[in-house]
Amino acid sequence: MEERRDLELPTEPMTLNMGPSHPAMHGTIKVVLTVDGETIKSADVYPGFLHRGFEKECERATYTQIFPYTDRLNYVSPMLNNVGFALAVEKLAGITAPPRAQYIRVLVGEMARVADHLTCVGAAAMELGGFTAFLYMLKARDRIFDLLEEISGARLTHSYVRIGGVAEDLPDGYPGRCKDAFVLVRSAVADCDKLLTRNRIFLDRMQGIGKITAAEAISYGYTGPCLRSTGIAYDVRKDSPYLVYADLDFAVPVGENGDNLDRYLVRMEEIQQSLKLCEQALSRMPSGDVILDDPSVALPPKAATYNTIESMINHFKLIVDGIKVPPGEVYSYIEGGNGELGFYIVSDGTGRPYKCRCRPPCFTLVQSLPRLIEGAMIADVVPTFGSLNMIGGECDR
Amino acid sequence: MSRFALDRLCARLPDAVLETHDFRGDETAVVRRASIKDVMRFLRDDPEVCCEMLTDLTCVDYLGRDPRFEVVYHLHSLSKRHRLRVKAGVPESDPTIDTVTDLWATAGWLEREVWDFYGVRFSGHPDLRRILMYEEFVGHPLRKDYPVDKRQPLFRRPDLEPNLGQWKNDGT
Amino acid sequence: MSASAQAPEFHTSRFEDAVNWARKYSLFQYPFVTACCGMEFMAVAGPRYDIARFGAEFPRFSPRQADLLIVVGTVTERQAPVLRRIWEQMTEPKWVVAFGVCASSGGFYQNYSVVPGIDHVVPVDVYIPGCPPRPEAVLDGLIMLQERIQRGEGHSQRALVVESQAEARGPALRAGLPVVR
Repeated sequence: MEERRDLELPTEPMTLNMGPSHPAMHGTIKVVLTVDGETIKSADVYPGFLHRGFEKECERATYTQIFPYTDRLNYVSPMLNNVGFALAVEKLAGITAPPRAQYIRVLVGEMARVADHLTCVGAAAMELGGFTAFLYMLKARDRIFDLLEEISGARLTHSYVRIGGVAEDLPDGYPGRCKDAFVLVRSAVADCDKLLTRNRIFLDRMQGIGKITAAEAISYGYTGPCLRSTGIAYDVRKDSPYLVYADLDFAVPVGENGDNLDRYLVRMEEIQQSLKLCEQALSRMPSGDVILDDPSVALPPKAATYNTIESMINHFKLIVDGIKVPPGEVYSYIEGGNGELGFYIVSDGTGRPYKCRCRPPCFTLVQSLPRLIEGAMIADVVPTFGSLNMIGGECDR
Repeated sequence: MSRFALDRLCARLPDAVLETHDFRGDETAVVRRASIKDVMRFLRDDPEVCCEMLTDLTCVDYLGRDPRFEVVYHLHSLSKRHRLRVKAGVPESDPTIDTVTDLWATAGWLEREVWDFYGVRFSGHPDLRRILMYEEFVGHPLRKDYPVDKRQPLFRRPDLEPNLGQWKNDGT
Repeated sequence: MSASAQAPEFHTSRFEDAVNWARKYSLFQYPFVTACCGMEFMAVAGPRYDIARFGAEFPRFSPRQADLLIVVGTVTERQAPVLRRIWEQMTEPKWVVAFGVCASSGGFYQNYSVVPGIDHVVPVDVYIPGCPPRPEAVLDGLIMLQERIQRGEGHSQRALVVESQAEARGPALRAGLPVVR
């Protein structure tokens, strides 16, 4: 058969604007593409449409008042942000939460990570047209939200962790309900796996697209599932274990190619590992206090607050002045849903931080978006952007 | 964090390092602003220290102190498994410092963010413009002398009464 | 003059009721999603809190094709001109729902960067508070909006009525006679 040669039409590059209000379910962002036909010649990314002044608000809030602000950073896995911030303040103050609180933090953190990955994979499938996978993932995610709502009172923005522990103990019968919910989550993930992982259309759209090499990824500051998909086995939970991760048994999935498909596969496997971690945390949870028994850090029990003057004054001082943290600076990091979520806190000795910076994992990921999509087609922007899992609250703070 | 990396830095570039500390186990070196490029290049390229990743780049405004700003770099070595913090004081009278975008690509946006919020200019940066705030914004909001609720609206409905539903405090 | 004006109004109002009934059960939403409320918006559209049962399921990602602008999440100063432009592109009649407390009043972000409520930018018909609002609260707000649509009380509906009545009373207006609604 004779080969057809494409007609060489003279074209001029065109500027195309995507966003900030766009159908992709991930964060609000503007990407100005310079395209030649369908091929992207270059891209310029404009974040900042959700900049809500997290750092400035933190400077006028007490440490406990900052927890709601941290919830809204990576708002698909709010517990992880809470835990990260609490660990940073505890490192600065030189205190450690009791063991039961640490296990509870691991449990809720991993459930939040599962919710994050379910949302990311579901949204990625929906953006490619696979609406069914999205609905299955949402069904599973609603069960996780039910579990988190039982402990904290809210489906999404929990503010459950406190400096020195967590706010409340687990309700009765909680481990049983968790196990039932995990069965459903696993079956939903298995269904989506069957729908997507060997699906010809999904593979054609995700495999080989948005590739990045390991060296470039490190230079761009990648961490988390995106870095692991390039072949580098860096996970904060294994590298510098915090809470009780050193005692728990889990594996870290590592990809090979650094393309969209590998990022998807890494996240799917991480869901399984996180569920395993949740089950271990539930079975090994010790009994005890859920918050430090230290009047300079934890609020006294309500019965004492209402009946004794010392506890009332203690409560008043903690709420109004905040927890007094010694002056200094600290950088504390955990494995967030997107990567290394760090908090750099500078304290001047009062109950409010002098500076509270969140090191956002997806800020650095989004910076590399032009590098990932150059030479690709316009239709590849959406799955690539989706696989990076840019969460506006975290990227723009 | 790593005592070893800090010692190696002090041995190799003693004039650059002003002081060191390790509060709560975070090894920190305060270096001269002028030698920041040499320090960073050494920390990235030295085979024993080998900090391949710039984790974070931020700035703190110590209003009332000279130097007023302090640019803080957090470095991380994936292969050697250690971390280091490097700080450099930047005075208010001349708020500039060398860029490290040629060493780590991630510094591109992080330095733009510091410029946007603190007004510290990075000389040699390929594209220094605002990143999270809009171009029409005047001032640098994370400086301590910028009031938290001073708004600079880009758009308000023309059909509303001028004072309808507005806060009585500054700026809306 | 009033007697001849009565009969057309009777037919018009029955017709208007029917049209409003159709409008409220076939809302084409434009989800202007910015922040955390987007997660609850996804849950409302999801299988458990199905918004499809209210007829408002189908998101249209072009403002020209949508009639319900749901502003989901915080609107920053940078985003405000974008929101206004999208609202202006929508064709009448259109309704705006402020989903979440950040869209209603700015929420707990009272700082240099957040618009203190989208009603500084576009006229709002229904406010759904909550941070984020539970999906049940969202459905409650949607039902409230549907009732307002039925009664013809949306901002753009009233504007349309005033305009059409102004057309009908054109000669009277031009003659300077008093106009009664």
